[in-house]
Amino acid sequence: MDNKIKRDLVLTCLLFILLMLGTWLAQLYLNSYLVRILNTACIYVVVAVGYNLINGITGQFSLGPNGFMAMGGYTVAILMLPLAQKEQVYFIEPLIYPFSAFTFPSYLFGLALFLGGVVAALAALLIGFPTLRLRGDYLAIATFGFGEIILVFANNLIPLTNGALGIKGIPGYTNLWWTVGLAFLTVFLVKSLVNSSFGRAFKAIRENEVAAEAMGINLFRHKLLAFVISGFCAGVGGGLFVTLIGTVSPSLFTFTMTFNLLIIIVLGGLGSITGSTITAVIFAFLQEILREVEAPHTIGSWSLPGIPGMRMVVFSALLVVLMIFYRRGLFGNKELSWQLVIDWVSRSKNGKA
Amino acid sequence: MTWVTFFQQLMNGVSLGSLYALLAIGYTLVYGILGLINFAHGDVFMLGAYFAFFMIAIFMLPWWLGVIVGIVLCAIVGMTIERVAYRPLRDAPRISALITAVGVSFFIENLGLVTVGARPKGFPRPDLMKNVYILAGARIHGVTLWVPIISLAILAVLLFIVYRTKMGMAMRAVAKDMEATRLMGVNVDRVILLTFALGSALAGAGGVMWACKYPQINPLMGVFPGWKAFTAAVVGGIGNVVGAMIGGFIIGVAEIMIAAFFPSLTGYRDAFVFGILIFFLLIKPSGIMGETLKEKV
Repeated sequence: MDNKIKRDLVLTCLLFILLMLGTWLAQLYLNSYLVRILNTACIYVVVAVGYNLINGITGQFSLGPNGFMAMGGYTVAILMLPLAQKEQVYFIEPLIYPFSAFTFPSYLFGLALFLGGVVAALAALLIGFPTLRLRGDYLAIATFGFGEIILVFANNLIPLTNGALGIKGIPGYTNLWWTVGLAFLTVFLVKSLVNSSFGRAFKAIRENEVAAEAMGINLFRHKLLAFVISGFCAGVGGGLFVTLIGTVSPSLFTFTMTFNLLIIIVLGGLGSITGSTITAVIFAFLQEILREVEAPHTIGSWSLPGIPGMRMVVFSALLVVLMIFYRRGLFGNKELSWQLVIDWVSRSKNGKA
Repeated sequence: MTWVTFFQQLMNGVSLGSLYALLAIGYTLVYGILGLINFAHGDVFMLGAYFAFFMIAIFMLPWWLGVIVGIVLCAIVGMTIERVAYRPLRDAPRISALITAVGVSFFIENLGLVTVGARPKGFPRPDLMKNVYILAGARIHGVTLWVPIISLAILAVLLFIVYRTKMGMAMRAVAKDMEATRLMGVNVDRVILLTFALGSALAGAGGVMWACKYPQINPLMGVFPGWKAFTAAVVGGIGNVVGAMIGGFIIGVAEIMIAAFFPSLTGYRDAFVFGILIFFLLIKPSGIMGETLKEKV
């Protein structure tokens, strides 16, 4: 038993080293377009895995990730924006006091990300507290409202967010080291959590709340824990996203963001972290490929006009069809584990022999 | 604030509230029966405005006929949504149905954006809605006066259907206990379908009147009214028809009054409704008219 845990840990460390090696090679040889897609993919992994924790594993329907990402994104942007840039950006109304006086040096980027996560987690706590005591559906409607309200605030709290114009010129601290590293860390931590007694409680709540409560699980505390962690992940993801593209504005975190994440976790299988991780990467690439569909094309003498926005029509139809015909997604609620990989490798070896 | 402006604002609030009430009924009917938040309801509301717009502006129907055709089309859309997207998932876990509802909502919105475009269109208003009336010294816009009157008439018809007809009795029975109702020989599928038709028709009527009030229609116009109407349904006690109406009026009047008394907070009007929702969830989650439900095992 102990040996197995040790073996898994060693294998995980090996995987991490391999990933880092891959990152190093990617930094060296891939063009900036591919690097950017990879960055986006890893950010999706961070947020989607967190989102799956509340939606898929605990079974509470949240529609909040866009709001939490916005909170994390704005926090990181305000903390990391250089002072000179702050004066330039906030020309309508100056930035309010404590933030106008200081800025984080680049080596504190990690701390800024952490704080972004903390701010989002606090928001999750505030929303979760009144809603999670009640039956599941209230969370959906409250988080949906929150996602929209946070944009209302982003548009109106001009001394803090610069309104609809948003904040430009955020230094691009996000690189593959950060995104790959944090994606790995998120998957590792959430998976450890799911395998712990907390994870079992989460799953019990998903399967049957009444039975779970009868077994002595405190429903409210466990739901709140899952929701707050999910908010934290979204906050960190938002911070990474903002420093990746260098700007933040309310239009960046509309409901479309939540919808994309929903597609990712449904396609991967609600409740499967492996699934969310893999589909998050697939989705990031798919989005780029489908960009082609929207562009105008000329085939011979035919010219097809591009239909901007067609992507989202396809995605939303896809979501409905998936839910009706393929509810378990690619992985159901199964996980890939080292044991499975080893079994599979040894079986294929035996098969050959 | 003088008494006249207060009266004017109150009328504005009642007028807005009556639209929320119309929409909230659809949410509450569906939630009462299926336990599902019909996220697409706000989009059916938007479709109502667009259908009427196309009937009047493109097919050149007279205004009243265009509106009726629009409402009928909304009812058909509502039934289609139920038949295609929700019925296959009736026995699935709750979360699957909710995700589907979000998918349907997003599908309608994006289809709207792709086909008619994001640019707002001007909605034609009949003269009746454009007149200005002087009431007790206050100048009341035709829309402000007629919208609540028409809405109240529609709500009265609805209450009659729900509480005085066989169909309404079947709807209430399905909401209480679907299986038992089926055993009593009621065609449950048909009842649910008709519930969707009824709710969607109300949403369509609401959409048309909303378009008369704010004559710029766009494919995303249903998102916020829809969400606020759901909040109204929660405030009134979800599943309760009368409660949804009361909740609608409360939200409408409160929203207008906040903007009237604190003009500097106008930008946060929407956030204020969120505050009401959280407040009610903390203090009285069962709503004004709702009864506390015990989870059945």
